[in-house]
Amino acid sequence: MQNGASDVLNQFRQGDVDAFEALFRRHQRAVHGWILRIVRNPAAAEELTVESFWRIHRARDRFDPSRGFEGWARRIATRAALDWLRTKRTANELSMEECGEVAAPVKADPAVTAEIRRKTALAFGRLPPKLRIAATLAVVEELPHREVAEALEISVAAVKLRVFRALRLLRKDLEEQGITP
Amino acid sequence: MNELDRERMKKLLRQSLPPVKSDAGPERDLWPDVLRRMDARDATPTLSGWAWFDGALLAGLVALAVLFPASVPLFLYYL
Repeated sequence: MQNGASDVLNQFRQGDVDAFEALFRRHQRAVHGWILRIVRNPAAAEELTVESFWRIHRARDRFDPSRGFEGWARRIATRAALDWLRTKRTANELSMEECGEVAAPVKADPAVTAEIRRKTALAFGRLPPKLRIAATLAVVEELPHREVAEALEISVAAVKLRVFRALRLLRKDLEEQGITP
Repeated sequence: MNELDRERMKKLLRQSLPPVKSDAGPERDLWPDVLRRMDARDATPTLSGWAWFDGALLAGLVALAVLFPASVPLFLYYL
């Protein structure tokens, strides 16, 4: 079984399309789910999943089978998602309707009005993409800092710093709108 | 911003942007799109990732600069 997986990875590295399809079938759900967590837009997540696998195919020569496929694919998907966030920053795609389609139900705090939640989401969408992606994964999705660091290809300390800066900027933005979190 | 403020901001953020459902997968098979993407790129002749048109444009500009050096400042002005 282990040898079979290793064979697929080696064949993929040599440009075998069937091996690439096998890897795609095995990992597309995980890659799509990861991207969706970052961009929070189902249509964009599908588009970026295709983009990520195309980048994966293009970069197959640089793939090291001994380090595993999943983490490598996740790093490439993270970069693709970050590129998307950069291009969509001004358009502010982070609408509440889109979030509502994919978001898990949470118990709402009655002290936080829908208007405050909407303004917070919009202010979050105005953050620099590098800070936004770190805060999304570490705070919203509550993923371990180490996992976020590996995906972003930075240190755990850098993740913590980005989260701190994101929260500080978000608070400042909300205060400027007269909202005291 | 102290620890209490940070925790308050985190809570507000989670309330405003709930986590994505972990089981949310793509609604359709994306493999045909990946194949189309690969085919489209393979069909485009490139030189180190550049389209042929980019190369031709660059060659034209270099030729213009060599043949008519006086055009360089004018070109830079319109950049």
